[in-house]
Amino acid sequence: MAAAGRRDAPEAPDFGILKRLARDQLIYLLEQLPGKKDLFIEADLMSPLDRIANVSILKQHEVDKLYKVETRPAPSASDQFCFLVRPRIRTMRYIADIVNADKMSGRSRKYKIIFSPQKFYACEMVLEEEGVFGDVTCDEWSFYLLPLDEDIISMELPEFFRDYFLEGDHRWINSVARALQLLNSLYGPFGRAYGIGRCAKMSYELWRDLEEESEGDGQGRKPEIGSIFLMDRDTDYVTALCSQVVYEGLVDDTFRIKCGSVDFGPDVTSSDKSIKVLLNAQDKVFSQIRNEHFSSVFGFLSQKSRNLQAQYDRRRGMDIKQMKNFVSQELKGLKQEHRLLSLHIGACESIMKKKTKQDFQEMIKAEHSLLEGFDIRESTSFIEEHIDRQVSPIESLRLMCLLSITENGLVPKDYRSLKTQYLQSYGPEHLLTFHNLKRIGLLTEQAAGETLTAVESRVSKLVTDRAAGKITDAFNSLARKSNFRAISKKLGLIPRLDGEYDLKMPRDMAYVFSGAYVPLSCKIIEQVSAARVSPRPGGSPAAHPCPVPQVLERRGWQGLEEVLRLLNGHEFSVSGSAGAGPGGAGRGCGSHSLCPAQTARRRTARPRRRSASCSPCSWGAAPSPRSRPCGSWARSEGASSSS
Amino acid sequence: MSREAQPWHPPGVGAGFELYTMGWNLKEDLRDCMVAAAPYGGPIALLKNHARKEKSPGARPLLEIYSASGLLLASIPWKSGQLVQLGWTASEDLLCIQEDGTVLIYNLFCEFKRHFSMGNEVLQNHVLEAKVFHSEFGTGVAILTGSHRFSLATNIEDLKLRRMPEVPGLQKPPSCWAVLSQDRVTIVLLAVGQDLYLLDNTSCSVVTPPGLSPSAGAYVQMAVSFTHRCLALLTDTGYIWMGLASLKEKLCEFHCSIRSPPKQMVWCMRPRSRQRAVVVAWDRQLLVAGSSSEGIQFVLDEDSYLVPELDGVRILSRSSHEFLQEIPEASQEIFKIASMAPGALLLEAQKEYEKESQKADEYLREIKEQKLLPEAVSQCIEAAGHEHEPDTQKALLRAASFGKCFLDKFPPESFVRMCQDLRVLNAIRDYQIGIPLTFTQYKRLTIEVLLDRLVLRRLYPLAIRMCEYLRLSEIQGVSRILAHWACYKVQQKDKSDEEVAQAINHKLGDTPGISYSEIAARAYDCGRTELAIKLLEYEPRSGEQVPLLLKMKRSKLALSKAIESGDTDLVYTVVLHLKNELNRGTFFMTLQNQPVALSLYRQRIEGRVGALQNALDEFYKAKNEFAAKATEEQIKLLRLQRHLQEDFDKPYLDLSLHDTVSNLILDGHHKRAEQLYREFKIPDKRYWWLKISALANRGDWEEMEKFSKSKKSPIGYLPFVEIAVKHHNRYEAKKYAPRVPPEQRVRAFVLVGDLDQAADAAIEHKNETEMNFVLSKCSASTDAAVAEKLNRARAQLLKK
Repeated sequence: MAAAGRRDAPEAPDFGILKRLARDQLIYLLEQLPGKKDLFIEADLMSPLDRIANVSILKQHEVDKLYKVETRPAPSASDQFCFLVRPRIRTMRYIADIVNADKMSGRSRKYKIIFSPQKFYACEMVLEEEGVFGDVTCDEWSFYLLPLDEDIISMELPEFFRDYFLEGDHRWINSVARALQLLNSLYGPFGRAYGIGRCAKMSYELWRDLEEESEGDGQGRKPEIGSIFLMDRDTDYVTALCSQVVYEGLVDDTFRIKCGSVDFGPDVTSSDKSIKVLLNAQDKVFSQIRNEHFSSVFGFLSQKSRNLQAQYDRRRGMDIKQMKNFVSQELKGLKQEHRLLSLHIGACESIMKKKTKQDFQEMIKAEHSLLEGFDIRESTSFIEEHIDRQVSPIESLRLMCLLSITENGLVPKDYRSLKTQYLQSYGPEHLLTFHNLKRIGLLTEQAAGETLTAVESRVSKLVTDRAAGKITDAFNSLARKSNFRAISKKLGLIPRLDGEYDLKMPRDMAYVFSGAYVPLSCKIIEQVSAARVSPRPGGSPAAHPCPVPQVLERRGWQGLEEVLRLLNGHEFSVSGSAGAGPGGAGRGCGSHSLCPAQTARRRTARPRRRSASCSPCSWGAAPSPRSRPCGSWARSEGASSSS
Repeated sequence: MSREAQPWHPPGVGAGFELYTMGWNLKEDLRDCMVAAAPYGGPIALLKNHARKEKSPGARPLLEIYSASGLLLASIPWKSGQLVQLGWTASEDLLCIQEDGTVLIYNLFCEFKRHFSMGNEVLQNHVLEAKVFHSEFGTGVAILTGSHRFSLATNIEDLKLRRMPEVPGLQKPPSCWAVLSQDRVTIVLLAVGQDLYLLDNTSCSVVTPPGLSPSAGAYVQMAVSFTHRCLALLTDTGYIWMGLASLKEKLCEFHCSIRSPPKQMVWCMRPRSRQRAVVVAWDRQLLVAGSSSEGIQFVLDEDSYLVPELDGVRILSRSSHEFLQEIPEASQEIFKIASMAPGALLLEAQKEYEKESQKADEYLREIKEQKLLPEAVSQCIEAAGHEHEPDTQKALLRAASFGKCFLDKFPPESFVRMCQDLRVLNAIRDYQIGIPLTFTQYKRLTIEVLLDRLVLRRLYPLAIRMCEYLRLSEIQGVSRILAHWACYKVQQKDKSDEEVAQAINHKLGDTPGISYSEIAARAYDCGRTELAIKLLEYEPRSGEQVPLLLKMKRSKLALSKAIESGDTDLVYTVVLHLKNELNRGTFFMTLQNQPVALSLYRQRIEGRVGALQNALDEFYKAKNEFAAKATEEQIKLLRLQRHLQEDFDKPYLDLSLHDTVSNLILDGHHKRAEQLYREFKIPDKRYWWLKISALANRGDWEEMEKFSKSKKSPIGYLPFVEIAVKHHNRYEAKKYAPRVPPEQRVRAFVLVGDLDQAADAAIEHKNETEMNFVLSKCSASTDAAVAEKLNRARAQLLKK
């Protein structure tokens, strides 16, 4: 919205190239197996594949039948099988079973496995163990990045979060590095790279190694991406834990946005069938309301429908020529808009039904007091009641995690009682859930007696500041303590207000959480790349609440050291490899905020989806829809600084 | 046709020999009976008196089944409808096609198996003619109805009726017709006068055989060869056209002098032979017509019936059963007069050798000079196979054996195999058995099918001896036959259960591959449950025993068997079966008497308890007291749930504590719920929430009111109001509204829809927000008074 409104905003790079590249490679790989073949697709690759190549393209390249990779072996008569899969052990076993079953019954077929985005050694090992390595051919489909919209690209790797943060599995880092390499080769050298977090650092370093090995010839090209930000998800869990109140977020909460599209059920479409709608900037209605606070969406939509009616009404009193013009040029657009409008109004109604209930209001209230740190006792008993009444297992866990993070862990007494209550409500198997949540530091118990922060402050009195910082780092990496209070104070993440927060004319990013919280990752990007608070279109350049002094395009993390220390360190900042100085890096282009690795896409990264025992994750290479306003903000500011 | 009148014929023509002198003592002429003989030396069915039905309605026709040697296998008086045609299926079942289109199936012993109908159309128009035919799909039935339409079923095991298209202009029945099977499609060929029509699934087309003489005349008879490859057409001018059944090629033609329509015409040829001939039978005359212009004529002494076979024709008459075939090449070579073929020389040599004459050496030398000794031996072996007389077989085999002595590397298999085969063939050709298979037929039929046929004829001892002789694997051979025998044995109703069971066990013993449970299942099917149980005693595999016992509703026996077996899975099978079968009381009584089963039933749960117990120990070791306590509680809960499940016969296992208590209340077990609440120290608040929502779901408002008065609610009374409103029960909700504490009372009154009281409460509190809230709920039309009251109060409040 901000970017769209500004004439001096640089144009976003054409991410369509990524799509075309992926399609061409896929076709090439399919053609490697000439003749008719059956294609087996991994379930979670289906939606991304749909965005790259539809069924008719596949059919053109002699794909006969399509199957989903699942436990039941498919009864197929084809002589060639092609498997399009994620590199997973489970899937390898499935393929091996098919091959072995064919061998038993004396059938000979050709098998080809295409791994997306890359092949892992472990997969080949499994194939070898099962004795089918010689029977299959393997290929890689380097489909690292899927452009979901004009300004969002995603890796669509749902297992990243669990693998890396819970299991400590580092294999996907390589994929991240390769994705960076791809971006770098397509859109020119990055002006500057910033990163926070261990994973971000590893990914960056691996990417640098890859670049050195490949000696890319991208030098001297016009860079299209100014700066990149790599951030670990665990630097900012709070954003993922708060209830979404922006339109797009609520659509996701209610209907689940998958791969940039959503299925609107019969209650929305007011017909008897579901409609799949692509949610992106092409949708004229959606692009205008996606980032609006839900409270203002209805008003906007009704205004829009009045406008639309007015445009329709213009027909009256037209002469033939004008009418011809109208029908040939405008009518189609109007009709399209009309259809979209009715869909979004339907969606709004559905959301309203769910979210205007008493429970939801009270939950938001509890959430806000948790963020502000008031009435913790009351919030705790709210959560307890929430669990007792079996309102929703996931929401209960989410609130507990929020409580834990904002309070640096739960008081042992509360931890025990909440856990007991939870187990009573949902069964003892959730002992594991709690264990996992504890391991990734989402739901922890305060150590009895002294908290670590207390130890830390005592130590810092004894030694120099620098040493204290190091010791804190050590402590932090031990316990992964979140210093939510300190950080939010430093960066002003909790807006202090007198009176109501004006949601219609918000003065900062906090409006995405009804004025309760500014997403940390976005704030940091703002801090790093902002020179001053840029005037928002229609907004007044209010005094920024942030106490940190602002400089013109920060060199590195200068001035933010304290914050970074609280964020567990591992930060880095490197100026562009293209020789462009920090100042020139962004010339003519926005510092595009790419926070891959850990600024996981909000909806998928949310640990509150189901229990953590199965927490899914993917990371987006761009701000999530949820944090989008901040993302585009950062871009616009980058632009203003360079102009 | 007597044997003396049968010299060896010149090459290319048939030779006949007598198979049996028929022992059936027929009083009737064959022409008065309806005859059907099964191919491959199969049984013969006769229906006597069928034509005389109208004359003496008292005398029922008699259906008799004979072996090929004329031994009576079974007979029954025919009581069903008018029969049109008899025929045999490939598995030697008798098909009796009635006039109304019903087809009855009998086995070899005249025991009724089942019946099927050829459809309504046939029922209405009646069967005019019918033919039973064999194709790769199995045995089929084709019917010509009274309306001159054809209906057919290609496989009677998988009945699909097909009505063939109409033949245009067909007013009278065709003079002759046949069923052809080409490229897996079954078609009907019919002749009307001088025209030939081909009927396939969709259309009717006129066809002309290639090379047909223009003066051929009208067709009177047609014959399809055994393998459906060849077709012969006979016209009223005595012209016979022989060609491929596809009507694409003529093979040869023949002119015969006899003009009268023949009784039967069948092909007589052996597979892969180039000699083709048809045999045409008139009342007293038989003609073998082949490619040569001269046919061979035989005089028939009595009425005869021709049965086409794979490699020849069987000729049945009242007194004898003969076989007419083309002499096989090997036999021709050897037995041709003055033959100099190596085989003939070898036979001669061997004869001289036996006479101790030195001529033997001369003959042998002659063969060896031509280096034809291996051929000579093979020829003798082959010829022996085609011989019917054991003496000739022996002579030829002896010659082969003699020749073999002078060869270094002659593989013995063919000789040994031929000796075995001949022994088998001679055994089944015996008069008592009466299966006159030729070597060619036997090879086509295979030993497995032959054994099946012996089993069908209940010739179990012979079959077993053959298996032993041929050293067939037990499971394929002896055991299978014994099992068949046992299954037959259990059907013998005249013997006591004990006797039969013992006889079976005595015979079968521990033969591998015998499934006593299968025999028992058969006994059970025959209604002999006691026998089945006795037989099951012999079944060593409990896994087979138990399911049948359960099927026979001997569940207690099944349970003890299962327990004896020591197989827990089996016990579970029975226990779960019992649980569904019996009511709860009897179920537990049964288990009570079987402590093992009872404990296993418990263990199903205890197994999980055990796993949890292990986890508990580990948690203690790890000093994770919280988890240990949670696990302990879960163990306690599981045990409790098991009791609940037993007591209330409803699923409680695997529910969380909350859901368990909630379900108990839903089902009205308030005492038990209370007990859990105390035992697990469920917090008051949870319990109250849980209880009121469960009670509301149950609609038990009375209990809810009682509960609300039991003590002071820890969650207040607003939830009571809310939950009643949620269940659309305003009446109940109103009961609780006054008990809501003052600060929530406005909300409660609004919820129950009592705006007046809500307004009063708000005014009493002097709270502007509350007043506004109530105002917003007021509608102008109905609540004008309330609104006014509020507005006044608000104005007053603001003034101050």
